[in-house]
This record gives sequence, structure tokens and C-alpha cells, in this order.
Amino acid sequence: MKKIEAIVKPFKLEEIKEALTEVGIEGLTVIEVKGFGRQKGHTEIYRGSEYTVDFLPKVKIEVVVREAALEQAIKAIITSAKTGKIGDGKVFVLPVEQAIRIRTEETGDKAI
Amino acid sequence: MSLLAAMLVVGVGFVSTVKAQEAAPAPAAAPAAAPAAAEPEKKKEPTIDQRVTDLEAYVLNSGAPSADGKLAGSAGPGHNAWMMTATALVLFMTLPGLALFYGGLVRRKNVLSVLAQCLGIAGLVTILWWICGYSLAFAPGNGFLGSLKTFAFFKDVTGATGGSGPGWVSQDVFAIFQLTFAIITPALIVGAIAERMKFSAVLLFIAIWMFLVYFPLAHMVWSGTGFMNGAGNADSAIKAIDFAGGTVVHMSSGWSALILCLILGKRLGFGKEKMAPHSMVLCMIGTGMLWVGWYGFNAGSELAADGVAGSAFTTTTLATATASFVWAMVEWLLKGKPSVLGFCSGAVAGLVVITPACGWVNTNGAMIIGLAAGIVPFFAVTWLKGLIGYDDALDTFGVHGVGGTMGAILTGVLADSSVNSLVPKVSSLTFEQLKAVLVTIALSVIGTVIAALITKAVVGLRPTPEKETEGLDITDHGEEGYIL
Repeated sequence: MKKIEAIVKPFKLEEIKEALTEVGIEGLTVIEVKGFGRQKGHTEIYRGSEYTVDFLPKVKIEVVVREAALEQAIKAIITSAKTGKIGDGKVFVLPVEQAIRIRTEETGDKAI
Repeated sequence: MSLLAAMLVVGVGFVSTVKAQEAAPAPAAAPAAAPAAAEPEKKKEPTIDQRVTDLEAYVLNSGAPSADGKLAGSAGPGHNAWMMTATALVLFMTLPGLALFYGGLVRRKNVLSVLAQCLGIAGLVTILWWICGYSLAFAPGNGFLGSLKTFAFFKDVTGATGGSGPGWVSQDVFAIFQLTFAIITPALIVGAIAERMKFSAVLLFIAIWMFLVYFPLAHMVWSGTGFMNGAGNADSAIKAIDFAGGTVVHMSSGWSALILCLILGKRLGFGKEKMAPHSMVLCMIGTGMLWVGWYGFNAGSELAADGVAGSAFTTTTLATATASFVWAMVEWLLKGKPSVLGFCSGAVAGLVVITPACGWVNTNGAMIIGLAAGIVPFFAVTWLKGLIGYDDALDTFGVHGVGGTMGAILTGVLADSSVNSLVPKVSSLTFEQLKAVLVTIALSVIGTVIAALITKAVVGLRPTPEKETEGLDITDHGEEGYIL
């Protein structure tokens, strides 16, 4: 099992969700986050006073998938999240040791 | 006639009352005074002529009712109704208009401190006004100050007309109308010193400042014996005009704000930390309330519901809407985006600049003022402030000081005697306005320095750095604006 953590532009969330559903992903978790990468922040001007805002709003999608579905899921995310402009975000993949469905106590791939 | 004139001058300072002297046809006033002088003991039933003359004077707002007529001492219902409405509107400008406008512009840790300062000033100034403030500002006196005693503790300030009030408005309504101006003026100063002055220091400073700057200035410009009241005092040394408070309210608060923020020093972290407004939504709501309330401020300053009030109402709308639009367009052109704060700042600047001019200029004049108000204060806050490097937190000087000064001068350039017959007949009204501008700046600067030094010696001006960093809401008031 692998966990995909994707940090993306907020307005792309709906498209990504649909793309993941199409490749058979049945559940995911979404968190509103702030941060910066190479894009840096943006500038706000109030009556001539300029402020650099370092942390931009992003959405983080967390989804755990079977090894076999990993490549397809990553492809779905990348295709749907891409605008080609700076600030599109990143995808991280982490190993997952165990998964347990609380209601049935199923474990492993069956619990995803 | 001279007796009547003297009586009227006492009642005065004011456009509407003084109108009787200059505008009312002599025969209208003469029958009223003549019988009274001839037979002082017998009280005659007024003639139909006299009664009609009184009624005409009410409808036309062309002078006070005759002293021995049936209307003597009675408020005119229409004028009185408008003045009570206008008074409520001006109070609405401070509470909550200005409080929200300023409150939205500070950081969230200081929002309540701004609200508390506005509320505290409303109470403090009301008490001072009742004790002797109204009397010092509006009782007959010398050119600079009224009397400590005449209306002390609101003595003789009743629902009847007379005293220092205009012809058809109750004295108490007039006194409270003027009180609402005395409240908003020091509250405007709060904008410059926001986020870094102790509450105790704000109250003490304002109490002293009212005596050194506001009461004298209101007397000089608006009372019947004031030496800068060109329209209401025939003996005034400076024939300047100020319809609703360009000098008394906006220049005094704006220039005092500049001096006080220089004495106080910059906020901790100024130029390093982000000090952006915490809620532009609150700021916009406050701006809308200020704009609506300002109709009472400007059109109410005619002190009657007559044609000049309507003219002030109209010019106020034109100048404000234009300035708001122009400011945002200039911002769009030079800074890349038209911001909500730009629209709001432009609206307030338009209101400020039209204030001294509103009942004196025609609609073309109002449009010129709107255009200037959208441009000049914009550069004051975006360019001049950075150049000199003072921390006028919410731009009281840039908007009210610069805007008020420009408005006072433009009033001299654009005043139109076909709009208001009381425009002083002098060779250069602009020169008279410049003299009033200099007196106002001098009084504001000197008064503020003295009041600030006394306050510093007695209670100190600033909170400790630790308290300032934590925010004044918790350290001064023990509350938080937003509990999550």
C-alpha cells in the first residue's frame, strides 16, 4: 500500500476528485493548507503599503492506494491538476504499513 | 433695527439666522421691532401682516420669528425635525461608522481598542460639553472663545428657540447637533495613533485637546462672535467660510493627528511586520455608514431644512461618489488593481474635501472637488507618507489633514453667491481662506504638542513593548474581538 499526498491548487480539487473516481479510487481526505515553494508568495498593497504574503492557500489531498493502482492514480492527479503555470503543486508518495477498517476490522488492501 | 440686528448676531454664527440680516427685506423685519419699541408695556395682539410675515420667515427660513409674535420662542417643526434627524446621523458617523471604518483597518488584536476609544470619546466629550464645552464654543464672547458661564451645565439650553441657536431650531437640539461634531473630531485623531497609545493616555489627551483646540476653534469659525466667521459675524477679522467643518473638524483632527503620531513614534515592527487591515469587510461597512451619516453632517450644517441644505446634500453626493471612483481608477492605473480600500478611502476623502464647501459651491464645483479629492489625498497616503516616514496608522493626516486643507482653500476658489447669498463680499475669498488655514494649523500644532507633553508627564503615552505586541484588546480592555 502507498499513500499519495498531493498539494494542489484549490480550484483544481473537483477535477482531481473526478479523475481519481474514474480510475477506481473510492475515498480520499482533503485538507486546506498554506505554504510556499518556488512560486513564493504574492504581494498585497494597502494604500501604498506593500506586504509580501509568503503563504499561499493550497489544498492537500491524501489518498491511500493499492500498489497496483498507484501509477494510474498518480497519473490521474497529475493530468487533472496541471495548468502548466508555476504553483501547480507537488505529489509525494509514502509507504503505508497497515490499514484497518474500523467497522469490520478488515486489514490491508481490503480495508482501503 | 440695530437692536434687532444685535439680537440676531447673538443668536448666531449661523448661516440661517444671519440670513435675516442680509437677505430678508427690511420691511419684513421692521414691523416686528417697531411696535415693541413704541409701546413696551402693552402687549398688542399681532396683526395679520405680522403673523403672515412670521410664517413666511419660517417657510423661507429667512429669519427668527418676531419677538412679540405668537411664534416667538417656538421651534419650527420642519426645521427642528430635520435637525434632530441630522444630529442622529452625525452620531451614527462615529458610532458605529468611524469605529468600524477604523476597526477594520487595524490588526485583529487591536480592533476592540479602536471601538473602545470611539465609545470613550463619545462619553467624555458629552460630559465636557455639558459642563462648559458648549458654552466655551458657542456662547457670545470675544473672537477666540465664548464664556465659561453662560450655558454652563446646559443652563438655559431648552426646547425653546433663541440663545445661540438658529432661528427655528430648539436650543437643545442645536447644542446636541454641535456636540456630535465635537465627538467625531477627536475620534478621527484615533486613526493616526491606533494600535500603540494607552487608553488612559487617549482619554487624558483628548480632554486637554478639547479645551486647547476644539472649543476655541469651533468658536472662532462658527459662533456669532468668532473672528474667522466671515458669513455669520459682520465684525470678523478674517472673512473666511467653513460650511460644515473643513477647518474645525478635518484640519484640526488631521494636523493634530500628524503631530501626535510624530511625538508617539512608530508602531513596534513598523516596516518589518505585516500590518495589513484585518477586515476590509468591516471597513467597507463603516465607510457606507460614514457616507450616509455625512448627509446629516453637511446638509444639517445649514441648520434648517431649506434650499441651501438641499444644495449641500447634492454637492456631497456628487463629490463623494466621484472621489471614490477616481481614487480607485488612479490606483488601478498606478498600482495595478482597484482595491476596496481604494474605493473606501476615496469616498471618505471626497466627503472630507466637500465638507467646508458643500453649501457654498454649485454642482460643477462639487465635481471639481470630487476629482481633486480622488487624486491629491491618494498621493499623500501612498507617496508623501513614505517620503517623510511617519507612521500615520490609518491615514488621518493624509485624508483629513491634506483633504481638509485642500477643501478649505478650494471653498474660497469655488464659492458661488448664486448658490448661497452669504458668500462674503471680499476682494479675494481664497486669501481669507488661506489665513484661516494658517490659524487652524498653528492652533492644532501648538495645542497638540502641549496636550501630548502633559499627557506624557502624567500617565505616559505608550503601552510597554510587551503589551503592545500582545495587543491592546487584551491588555487595555480584557477582551478579544474574535473568539474561535
